[in-house]
Amino acid sequence: MNRNLERLYNGLVKENPTFVQMLGMCPTLAVTTSAINGIGMGIATCAVLIMSNFMISMLRKVIPEKVRIPAYIVIIASFVTIVGLIMQAYVPALYESLGVFIPLIVVNCIILGRAEAYASKNPIIPSIFDGLGMGLGFTAGLTIIGIIRELIGSGTVFGFTVTAELFEPVAIFAANPGAFFVLAFIVAFINWRGIRKAKKTGEKPKTDTILDCAHCGNLMCKGRLNTENALQSEEETEKLAVKNSEENASDNPAEFESSENESEVQD
Amino acid sequence: MNIFLFAVSAALVNNVVLVQFQGICPFLGVSKNTKTAAGMGGAVIFVMTLSSLVTSLIYYYVLVPLGLEYLNTIAFILVIAGLVQFVEMFLKKKMRALYKALGVYLPLITTNCAVLGIAITNIQSDYSVGYCVLNGTFSAVGFAVAIVLLAGIREKMDETSIPESFKGGPIVLIAAGLMAMAFNGFSGLL
Repeated sequence: MNRNLERLYNGLVKENPTFVQMLGMCPTLAVTTSAINGIGMGIATCAVLIMSNFMISMLRKVIPEKVRIPAYIVIIASFVTIVGLIMQAYVPALYESLGVFIPLIVVNCIILGRAEAYASKNPIIPSIFDGLGMGLGFTAGLTIIGIIRELIGSGTVFGFTVTAELFEPVAIFAANPGAFFVLAFIVAFINWRGIRKAKKTGEKPKTDTILDCAHCGNLMCKGRLNTENALQSEEETEKLAVKNSEENASDNPAEFESSENESEVQD
Repeated sequence: MNIFLFAVSAALVNNVVLVQFQGICPFLGVSKNTKTAAGMGGAVIFVMTLSSLVTSLIYYYVLVPLGLEYLNTIAFILVIAGLVQFVEMFLKKKMRALYKALGVYLPLITTNCAVLGIAITNIQSDYSVGYCVLNGTFSAVGFAVAIVLLAGIREKMDETSIPESFKGGPIVLIAAGLMAMAFNGFSGLL
C-alpha cells in the first residue's frame, strides 16, 4: 500500500506532468479557456491513462520488445475511442467544447511516456496507481491554469461570477494569446523559485525544461532532435557512414573531427 | 468555396499552432535557429500533405463503406505512423538529397499532434478528398510560417538582456503569445 501512495504523491507533486515535467503542452494550452474544460480534459486523460497503464502492465510479458510502441499506440487509441464515445453520450456539451482534443489524447506524450517508463516494467496494481497519480496531477495542472484564465479572462470561476462586476475582464486571457502568457508566467514563477533556492544553497540553478525535446517523451525520435549538436552530429555520422562505405577509409576519428570543424567554420 | 480564401484561412486565420494549439512541442523545441526551423517546416508540409491524402482516402473508401467511422482515431494514428516510417525508408534508399534535408525531422512528426489533428479535422468538416489535401498542405504552410518567424525572433532574442527567471522557456512563450495576437489580426481578411 505504501508503494501505491508513493506513486500517487509522485504523480501529483514530485513529478507533476504539467508544472514539473511540462508534458502534454498542446491540450494544456488549448482547452484551458475555462476551469470546467480543464477539469473535463484532465479527467478524460486520467481515465485513459489508468486503463492503458493497467492493460500494458498486464500484457508486459506478452508484447514483444520490437513492436511494443505500435502495440502501446493501438491500446491507447482503443481506450481513447471508448472514452470519446462515452463522453459523446453522457456529456455532449463538454465533448463539443473539447472538440478535436479528445481524439488527440492518443498523441499526448504523458500516456506513451508512462507506458514506456513505468507500466511496461512494473506489476498491475502500482501501474494503476501510477496512472491515477499522473492523471490527477495533470487534472490539477489543467484546472489551475483554467481557473486563472477564466478568472482574468471573463471574471468567473466554474461559471460563477467572481470579479466580473468589479472590473472589466481582460478578454484576451480567455483567447489564444492568453494561454501562452499565463503559461509563461507560471514557468517564470517556477524558475524564480528555483533560482532563489539555488542562491541559498549555493548550487547552480536548475532551469526549466520546456524547450528541449527530452521532456517530450516522443519515443520515435529517440532524442535525435534533442539539441542542435545532436542534429549536426547526426548529419556528420550520416556523412561519415556514406564516406566509409564509398572509400572504406580506416582512420575514422580524425576524419570525423575534421569534417566537424569544417561545418563549424561554415556556420 | 473560393480556393484562395480557403488556403488563406487554413494557413493564416486558423493557424494550426498559434490558433488551434496543435504541434506545440516541435514549435517550441525546434525553433532555435531559422535553418532547422525551415527544415522542420518543410518536413511537416511534406508529411501533412501525404497523410491528409492517405487518411481521407482510407476514411471515404474503406471506413465509410464498412460502417466503421468510429474507428477513425485508431486507423489514422496507425496509418500515419506506418506512412512516416515508410516515407523515411523510401527517401533513405531512393532520394538521398531530400532525405538529407528532411530525414532527421521525419521520426519527430509521427506523434506530432498536428498531423493527426488535421486528419481528424478534415473528416469532421466533411471535406472532399481534394479539399482535405488542400487543407493539409496549407495548414502545414501555416505551421512552417509560424515556426520560421519564431526562430527569427529567438535569434534576435539571444542578443538582448532578459530577466533571469524569464530566460529560456517563458520569454519564448511570451513571444509566441504576441505572435498569436498578431495572427488574430488576419481574421479580418475573410
